[in-house]
Amino acid sequence: MNLTLKIWRQKNATSKGKFVTYKVSDISSNSSFLEMMDVLNESLVLKGDDPVAFDHDCREGICGACSMYINGRPHGPDKAVTTCQLHMRRFNDGDTIVIEPWRARPFPVLKDLIVDRSAFDKIIQAGGYVSVNTGGVPDANAIPISKVNADLSMDAAACIGCGACVAACKNASAMLFVSAKVSQFALLPQGRTEAAERVQAMVAEMDNQGFGNCTNTGACEAECPKEISISNIARMNREFLSARICAPKVKEGSGGGI
Amino acid sequence: MAFKYSSVTKKVVMALAGLFLITFLIVHLSINLLLLFDDSRELFNLAAHFMATNPVIQVFQIVLFGGFILHILVGLILQIQNWMARPTRYKVEGYSHTSFFSKFMIHTGGVILAFLVIHLINFFFKAKFGEMPEVMINGELYEDMGILVIEKFRELPVVVMYVVWLLFLGFHLDHAFHSALQSLGLNHSKYTPAAFGISRALAILIAGGFILIPVVIFIAQ
Repeated sequence: MNLTLKIWRQKNATSKGKFVTYKVSDISSNSSFLEMMDVLNESLVLKGDDPVAFDHDCREGICGACSMYINGRPHGPDKAVTTCQLHMRRFNDGDTIVIEPWRARPFPVLKDLIVDRSAFDKIIQAGGYVSVNTGGVPDANAIPISKVNADLSMDAAACIGCGACVAACKNASAMLFVSAKVSQFALLPQGRTEAAERVQAMVAEMDNQGFGNCTNTGACEAECPKEISISNIARMNREFLSARICAPKVKEGSGGGI
Repeated sequence: MAFKYSSVTKKVVMALAGLFLITFLIVHLSINLLLLFDDSRELFNLAAHFMATNPVIQVFQIVLFGGFILHILVGLILQIQNWMARPTRYKVEGYSHTSFFSKFMIHTGGVILAFLVIHLINFFFKAKFGEMPEVMINGELYEDMGILVIEKFRELPVVVMYVVWLLFLGFHLDHAFHSALQSLGLNHSKYTPAAFGISRALAILIAGGFILIPVVIFIAQ
């Protein structure tokens, strides 16, 4: 296959950046999108040019590192795949492909197609965990959990934190990511203990990072490589509201007396 | 001020105000349709008189204006934050599969607001503060709101303007009811598909019902 690539090139976080057009030829239709990028970069290196910088790690769709906005869609035209699992057979010979980095204020471009996604880490640090005491290993099946909740929690936990939801959202909202992380714990008894504080802390950090607001367009759900459902966003709203409305008025140090 | 409330709280306010405005539209439409079913305008004039004088309705009128202002202001604040969240736009955009109208709520909302001002000047302020023609019903004098409406809708430009306006109202409503439920956290595998259906039905019935009135009056003259 012969392709024309329009790629966003930006030297560093502070430089301006622009689109540069490249031609690649003799690309196998069986190669992955990132392998096609490798071919391009090899030719650039041989010419003495700076290769296109992009994030990648496992190249099997589970690490969440790859992040390319291809022809107006995060992770390209396929449903439920990451960029690394996208194959060149999804394109036609002679196509022009526009490749952009994720665009969001909390995801500043570091170089070319690489963005800084540590805003997600900040949200996880705010409450995306369960506190577990050290000591003997507890029996894995000591706490009964309903099959439905176990499945829903597992579905939410499938989120790899790639940021495609933010990239797809017209508002650059991180609600799908945050709601998946809230849901995976909220659905399990081990996560209930800190559920009220967690959802409030994570929503506050999400707002603090400068992500947009959800307008329920569903673009995130359509583009998520792990098919996280927006029903998680509703669950997060529910959790947030009940945490706010139902929180008892307890003074610190009062021992829980009301 | 309003910026300090969390995104979820603002969405909830937006949803509650929106749902309240939908109930207002249904009441407004039901009264307007009386014009089509009663050539003497008696039913409509009595209903209009009730809406203009009943003390409970008067209180709700203030609540209604509050609902409008809240929905518009919070909507604007949310939208400004959303624009700020993506300072650099994409070169190729919007190929994700989403409902078409959900992406243009601020735009359809803006068009609705612009025409709403004209609409209030045309009818609401005229009825409230202007000189009104009067009519005798059961031996008592009432304001003839009906003739005001009918005379307005005999002019083609006015009818066209209203049809366009109401189409935009329909576009806005298409992403209203189910979106409000989602913002309130009311999502369920069994009922959410029905909520989508209700949303579409409300959009078609409310916009269609309102459009019927100027069109029928214009054709019937």
